[in-house]
Amino acid sequence: MTDSGKNGAFIKIHDIYKSFKGVPVLRGVSLEIAKGDVVCIIGPSGSGKSTILRCVNALTPVDQGFIQVGDIQVTSRDLNMVALCHRVGMVFQQYNLFPHKTVLQNLTMAPIQVLKQPRAEVTERACALLDKVRLGNKADAYPGELSGGQQQRVAIARALCMQPEVILFDEVTAALDPEMVGEVLSVIREIARDGMTCMIVTHEMGFAREAANQMYFTDGGVIVESGAPDAFFSNPKDERTRSFLSKVL
Amino acid sequence: MSENHMKLGPQVGITLPEPKQRSGLAFSPELTSILLAILAVVGIVLILTLLSGADTGLLGELLKWTPFMAQGFALNVAISLFAIVFGTIGGVFLGMGQLAPRGWISAPSKILTQIFRNAPWLVLLFYCIFLIPFQVRIGGETYTISNWLRASIGFTIPIVANFSEIVRGALQSIPSGQWEAARSLGYTWRQTVLSVVLPQCIKRMLPPWMNLYAILLMATPLASIVGVEESMTNARTALQAEADGRLLLPLYAYLLSWFFIYCYPIARISKSLEDRFAVR
Amino acid sequence: MDRIADFFRALNERTGINLPILYDPFDADRFFHGLLTTIELFLISAVVSIAIGLVGAGSLTLPYRVPKAITRCYVAFFRNTPPLIQMYFFFFAIGALTPVRKNDFGFPEPTIDNFQWALITLSLYAGAFNIEIFRSGVEAIHRSIVEAATALGYGKIACFLYVMLPLAWRISLPALCNNMIELLKTTTLAYAIGVPELLYVSNQIWSDNLNTFEMMNVLMVVYLLLVGIVALAMNRWEQALRLPGFGAAAR
Repeated sequence: MTDSGKNGAFIKIHDIYKSFKGVPVLRGVSLEIAKGDVVCIIGPSGSGKSTILRCVNALTPVDQGFIQVGDIQVTSRDLNMVALCHRVGMVFQQYNLFPHKTVLQNLTMAPIQVLKQPRAEVTERACALLDKVRLGNKADAYPGELSGGQQQRVAIARALCMQPEVILFDEVTAALDPEMVGEVLSVIREIARDGMTCMIVTHEMGFAREAANQMYFTDGGVIVESGAPDAFFSNPKDERTRSFLSKVL
Repeated sequence: MSENHMKLGPQVGITLPEPKQRSGLAFSPELTSILLAILAVVGIVLILTLLSGADTGLLGELLKWTPFMAQGFALNVAISLFAIVFGTIGGVFLGMGQLAPRGWISAPSKILTQIFRNAPWLVLLFYCIFLIPFQVRIGGETYTISNWLRASIGFTIPIVANFSEIVRGALQSIPSGQWEAARSLGYTWRQTVLSVVLPQCIKRMLPPWMNLYAILLMATPLASIVGVEESMTNARTALQAEADGRLLLPLYAYLLSWFFIYCYPIARISKSLEDRFAVR
Repeated sequence: MDRIADFFRALNERTGINLPILYDPFDADRFFHGLLTTIELFLISAVVSIAIGLVGAGSLTLPYRVPKAITRCYVAFFRNTPPLIQMYFFFFAIGALTPVRKNDFGFPEPTIDNFQWALITLSLYAGAFNIEIFRSGVEAIHRSIVEAATALGYGKIACFLYVMLPLAWRISLPALCNNMIELLKTTTLAYAIGVPELLYVSNQIWSDNLNTFEMMNVLMVVYLLLVGIVALAMNRWEQALRLPGFGAAAR
């Protein structure tokens, strides 16, 4: 992993608070991510990990706090959604491909309609991305005809087609059958190796240990511990981290 | 009518029964059963007529009045087509309005939908017949709004409200993941609805829309109560003209069979479409 | 009560908003009896149509061919023909065939009067829809529940009565509520055969008083209230019958 340039972090999350229907989910979360970092967030369910991701791309508005991605202020009132979505891509647990469009159309729709890029250029890029995720021969298939692992790879390609600077992965292998998890993780590994900034919420500890260069553990809406993967996994400092890791490893 | 019953799903550990087996072409068994039903109905009408008075030429009387009643039936169909076309257009807007993020659009839409869905069709019909002016002046010209036009407007109102509910139901049945994916790709609300959500909805809306049309057509005889000369009015005129008590049963049965022959295929086709879309 | 009457009389004189049902005893009485007739029509046909629905759903579920065929024909007829024409058919055509008897005054009178024909038509019409609703409810029950009942020794009819029906009933309640509201709205059809229900008496009132607009609005409000009451009652019933962990509520 590249040594992050210390001239200002790429993603700044500062002291964010979020409640759903009176129940606090995030209670003062702060972190900073440099360009090229691969960050993994782990923790028990309900600890707020997915919510952090969804606040970064403004899917969920924060109650309090400050988020900045590059030079875009996510928490500001005059947020330019299109610019944010150009910069931040997201891949969901349930893939969320559009079932009424072919695989290729799923990739090209948004760059053409939202970013107003020319069709020929977008199509070429989409085909290259499909080849990269090893689904080049499925360009004209419909999502319903693909397996879960294939759909998730298409979802990753769709996020990549927007040419983002950071991709958020929200438990992307949790809904997959075990034999398909590997193919999706290898795609993510490749993307990370190519230098993409990644924020990954996952339960796959082996993958996290190997691919991440920064780990975060959340519990009860706060970040309890963070650190480099090796130290984090072999010698967790906090009792809660220790207890969680002993259950999942 | 059976749209709203709860469906048990995997979340309660109960899975839905397997879809019915399809044999060969999806249409042939439908077509045969529709044709059989039509034949059965025609047969029943013939039997009734002959039973009521074979020797007195009741069958001939039925045939004699057929063109006159067909004229009326054509008006029934015309009213239903007017109401379904304008009702569908209005219903789409009202349905989308119910789900609009801005409260000043969604609240009145919801209220209007509930009011006009829960009012009896006959009351709405009376409303329009009595309260829409007979003549209206636009520009310098006076236009007469005929009886059947006022009746058609009276039928359009409940269609708008009912279709608005169908649209709302279909829009809400799209999983929230679709909205989220579109949002994270930068789509605005309007773009999401037009490019992602509505195309998926059309399939879901088709069977209930067809059902609604059938219900509408079967409601059009109500217009006879307010004096529109459609098939029911014409049938009664025919009965009064003939003044033959034995014609009552066959003539009403005859008229019923016309509606049956028109509506039964619609019901069957919409059912088979619903099954076909659900198997997906 | 007199205060209210005076208020509305004054309202009429001042603004021309004429609501004789609230200050004229004769009109108020007419209107009230019209309302009662509508409610009567609704309640009786509701009960009968639900009974028809249950029996019909049973005959479609149990494997006896003749009842199944009869039920299918019945449902096809009543769901695919206009309810108004059904009402005329029953009242005029079939009514003409019923025997005529002499009433207390010595005048000839049909055995089944228009109110009863309206009840019959409404019950049969709503019953056909209820059969479909209950049948869908039964179909939504998973096969394994029926298999378990069979393994415990329940015969077909007993299984239907004790195992399937209670579940199907709960599943069907929302759709049944919709149908009951439709039935309430359909009671206005009785107007066409001269039954003095709400629409009919309102028509009489506005013919006498020339206050069509006001009476129309009153009608709308009254029907909306009635529908609201029915919806509320069915909702309460649904809540009362709710099984913990069963159906959409289990989320």
